[in-house]
Amino acid sequence: MAEKVIYVMYDDEEVLKDGAKALVSKGIKIAEVFSPFPIHGIDPIIGIKNTRLGIMAFLYGLTGLMLATVGMRFFMVTDWPMNIGGKPNFSYLENMLAFVPVTFEFTVLCAAHGMAITYLLVNKTLPGMPAQNPDPRTTDDRFVMEIRLSDNLQSSEKEIDAIIENTGFVEIDKKEIK
Amino acid sequence: MIKGMEFNITTSSKKTILFIVLAGLALLIIGIVMGFKDPHFVTRILTNGLINGFFFFALGLGALFFLALNYATESGWYASVKRVIEAVAGFLPYGMALLGLALLIITILDGAHIYIWMDSEVVKHDEIIQGKSAYLNVWFFWIRTLVYFTTYFLFLRGFKKRSIEEDLKGGTDLHFKNYKRGAMFLVFFAVFSSTSAWDWLMSIDVHWFSTLYGWYTFAGMWCSSMVVLVITTMYLKKLGYLPKVNDSHIHDLGKWTFATSFLWSYLWFSQFMLIWYANIGEEVTYFVMRIENFKVLYFAMFIINFAFPMLILMSRDAKRNFGILTFVGLIILAGHWLDVYIMVSAGSLGPNAKIGFIEIGMALMVLGGFIFVVLRNLTKAPLTPVNHPFLDESIHHEI
Repeated sequence: MAEKVIYVMYDDEEVLKDGAKALVSKGIKIAEVFSPFPIHGIDPIIGIKNTRLGIMAFLYGLTGLMLATVGMRFFMVTDWPMNIGGKPNFSYLENMLAFVPVTFEFTVLCAAHGMAITYLLVNKTLPGMPAQNPDPRTTDDRFVMEIRLSDNLQSSEKEIDAIIENTGFVEIDKKEIK
Repeated sequence: MIKGMEFNITTSSKKTILFIVLAGLALLIIGIVMGFKDPHFVTRILTNGLINGFFFFALGLGALFFLALNYATESGWYASVKRVIEAVAGFLPYGMALLGLALLIITILDGAHIYIWMDSEVVKHDEIIQGKSAYLNVWFFWIRTLVYFTTYFLFLRGFKKRSIEEDLKGGTDLHFKNYKRGAMFLVFFAVFSSTSAWDWLMSIDVHWFSTLYGWYTFAGMWCSSMVVLVITTMYLKKLGYLPKVNDSHIHDLGKWTFATSFLWSYLWFSQFMLIWYANIGEEVTYFVMRIENFKVLYFAMFIINFAFPMLILMSRDAKRNFGILTFVGLIILAGHWLDVYIMVSAGSLGPNAKIGFIEIGMALMVLGGFIFVVLRNLTKAPLTPVNHPFLDESIHHEI
């Protein structure tokens, strides 16, 4: 089903923030904001929930920790006991210290990569994915606010336009999207 | 005259401080009466003097370092808690007096079995100490100690003076002067933090050395200072002061606590693992002594200072929660005291070391004095600086 979307463009993030506040205070839901850089304090205004990426990072780190421990125990103790520097080669626990740096690094590796890939996936910005932003200028110096009419059935298009009129935008664009 | 000396020490705080000091004094007296006949008595008292002198001196020094760091990096967020940092750093002269007194008595008693390199009878029969005597001799030791004290004191005085001046005058001249002095302090501190740790602590185990020791001591110092800063800030906030300090400032101080705990653990582990791996007799003695005589305490101390802050302070909400921060903060503060305790007494007393009335009593007494001095410093200047160039940024700090 086709739906109508309003794209409002600003040339200053503070103006956009004030505009967003004015719209939200009238009960209008803003679907998305596109910006070349993170706009400080926009999340609570347009009602974006706190990210759960940190929890994922912890889980990825935990995965790395376990993989490293299990792997090294198998490689260095069970499968082919290694004698390095005369340390006892039949016990993981007694040599735990020697394995800590690798475990640490592998934890960081898994947490960092897992987090980066999750982030790109959630944002649909993995390499090769088609761009999501409505206007290429939002990667340069413009800020665009996206309002979907289907989110705002309580207000008519004219009412929304009237509020947008006073927010100091530089361009407005209406599109039918699928 | 500056307006807005808002903070006053409440009567209940004064009573609590008095109670801590008196309880400490009572325990100390009981300990002295009970332990007077002990052949290690003098060494034990002086060991405690050195532990508490150094630990509380380090709390002030860590705060001074943090202040200089923020000046040198031109940080903005810290401006509204700057007076808290200055108040904690203001303990430094008292810490110097305590540490200086302990060092002086130890020197007069020819090392008192703590610095055995001060005892000429021992040095005569010890080739290793003779080899080090160009650096480790009483005269050079005291010259260095006085140079450290003077340098730290002059920087502290300058920072405090300019901070008050800035409130009256405004402008950016003083800020840029602070910026330069902050950077200069870091240069001195980079050298002195290592060498002073060698002089005051590492030379107790005079045959042993570790190049990481200075950093390790410094990381412990920094972490303890961050705990004191965050607890003091929350205390003032609870009493209704510091209206400009918001959750984000507490969060940032909490993050510093978390990060410096990690730094400390990282350095502890690096020092331990390299020595364990190489397994050379001269090097491992240091840890063998600690593990044999302080087995439970030594590893408990590591767990407290590493696992506790890591697991509890990891989440964002925990770093904004006053209750959790205070709880974890007090525990790791005790953990770092234990760290200094083991660093000093494993070398000076070895198997004869124990935590009894003397240890707890003296620590409580100095702690009470420390709290009193910090709170009194807070009454001497307005709690929020007026003309700090980054004050506006700090007020709008949001993370």
